[in-house]
Amino acid sequence: MKVAAHPTEGGLARLALTAVALLFLAGFLFVPLAAVFGEALGAGVRAYWAALVDADAVAALRLTALAALIAVPLNTAFGVAAAWAIARFEFPGRGVLITLIDLPFAVSPVVSGLVLVLVFGAQGFVGPWLAERGIRIIFAVPGIILATLFVTVPFVARELIPVMQEQGSEEEQAALALGASGWQMFRRVTLPNIRWGLLYGVVLLNARAIGEFGAVSIVSGHIRGQTNTAPLHVEILYNEYNFPAAFAVASVLALMALVTLAAKAFLGRQRRG
Amino acid sequence: MKRPTPRRRHVLPGFGLALGVTLTYVCLVVLLPLSGLAWRARSLTLEQFGGAVLSERTLAAAGLTFGASAIAAGINAVFGLLVAWVLVRYRFPGRRLVDACVDLPFALPTSVAGIALTAVYSPNAWLGRHLAGMGAQVAFTRLGVVVALTFIGLPFVVRAVQPVLEDLDPEVEDAAASLGANRWETFRRVMVPSILPALLTGATLAFARALGEYGSVIFISGNLPLQTEVVPLLIVARLEQFDYAGATAIAAVMLAAAFVLLLTVNALQGWSRRRGALA
Repeated sequence: MKVAAHPTEGGLARLALTAVALLFLAGFLFVPLAAVFGEALGAGVRAYWAALVDADAVAALRLTALAALIAVPLNTAFGVAAAWAIARFEFPGRGVLITLIDLPFAVSPVVSGLVLVLVFGAQGFVGPWLAERGIRIIFAVPGIILATLFVTVPFVARELIPVMQEQGSEEEQAALALGASGWQMFRRVTLPNIRWGLLYGVVLLNARAIGEFGAVSIVSGHIRGQTNTAPLHVEILYNEYNFPAAFAVASVLALMALVTLAAKAFLGRQRRG
Repeated sequence: MKRPTPRRRHVLPGFGLALGVTLTYVCLVVLLPLSGLAWRARSLTLEQFGGAVLSERTLAAAGLTFGASAIAAGINAVFGLLVAWVLVRYRFPGRRLVDACVDLPFALPTSVAGIALTAVYSPNAWLGRHLAGMGAQVAFTRLGVVVALTFIGLPFVVRAVQPVLEDLDPEVEDAAASLGANRWETFRRVMVPSILPALLTGATLAFARALGEYGSVIFISGNLPLQTEVVPLLIVARLEQFDYAGATAIAAVMLAAAFVLLLTVNALQGWSRRRGALA
């Protein structure tokens, strides 16, 4: 095969276009990201460490971890089930179901939080009934978990549906023809085939579960040490003008975001094979 | 109800279980909360609804939100296409790192993004001071809202356009060049038509995301009613005043807008696919 010299821009134009693109990314991504770490460490390493081991900060990080630990497995299991039903079968209402699964992506986080208040709040649909039985959801931990669940519903299903559709069901059919049971087929054929797509979806789901702010903010009540997640704690510290502490907690979340990006890039490459 | 029809010869197992789990979960986690909005909206009178949606403060917030979102989507359409172009076509050191970083706005919690942008663009900061010196104060103005919304929508256009650029057949450019077109003409006449559906999809997604954005905006905008207050913040303000009727009415309109945009994106993606099939 001969290497064809396709037309391209001149050297100077390339340089100029690359420079403008990088400058744009610098202004919107790199400089703000660097600013998080700069501001966090600006008051010295001692202050940075003190801000991180502060009891309220630790409690906030712990609550964020709890919400993610509940939302990630539940929405992963849901995503696999939904993708199996949608990618492998035709049934009436399939399009509507896909739209419903996508909806939490399209809705403002603020509206997501508001609807939970309207259902479970003191004035809400089932709120008074629950309150009589001593169950608090809004301004308590269950509300935070429900909000996290709501906003992260689509991630795994969205990744898996196209992956499964593209792969088709030949290998699964072959496994069945060879006498595999449904679960054997799922464990030995389906799961290995979708593993990179699945992990990719889980990484994105986890990042959003950790980082959700708007929806959680509305249902949280902002009680320090109790119903305060890490992204909310950043806001509280910032609004108290405790900037070094706010950026210290923010830097932990930024580090997690960087780990997410690295995992995403790695999994993306694995998927393309 | 019609029996489900599997696409191929064998009947795959697990349809009942998978669909049962899916429907139950969607009803509990998505539909039940959304029904709360419908239930509350039904008890609103027309006056309450109109009063909340058409008040001066709401209209000002809506003007800012839709305007700033459109400007941010426009900026992202132009610069997102440029970034995708540079990442796909050119080779430079650190390219893969830059490529991975494009998704930062998806991965970074919005409150962290908000304080980071404010730290960079506030008049106390180096960059913010120089921009303010040139007459462009960013933080605590409407410009700040545009900056935050541009940040939050940045990955959409890049990620929508990138695969299309990668699949673009260089032969077409060869043909255009051999017919005497210069680079710019080739780009405008030959490449833009192929990229356009993906570009519009990305820009619409960025616009939709910007409309609902809360976390990254509230730090950098001044949050002044009638001036720098966006609609999501107004909903929060209504809620904090226990004005559930007002919050519900505005949220219902935002939900309808989100729904329309979701359908627009689906239509654009269908167009994209048909374009891809032709190419």
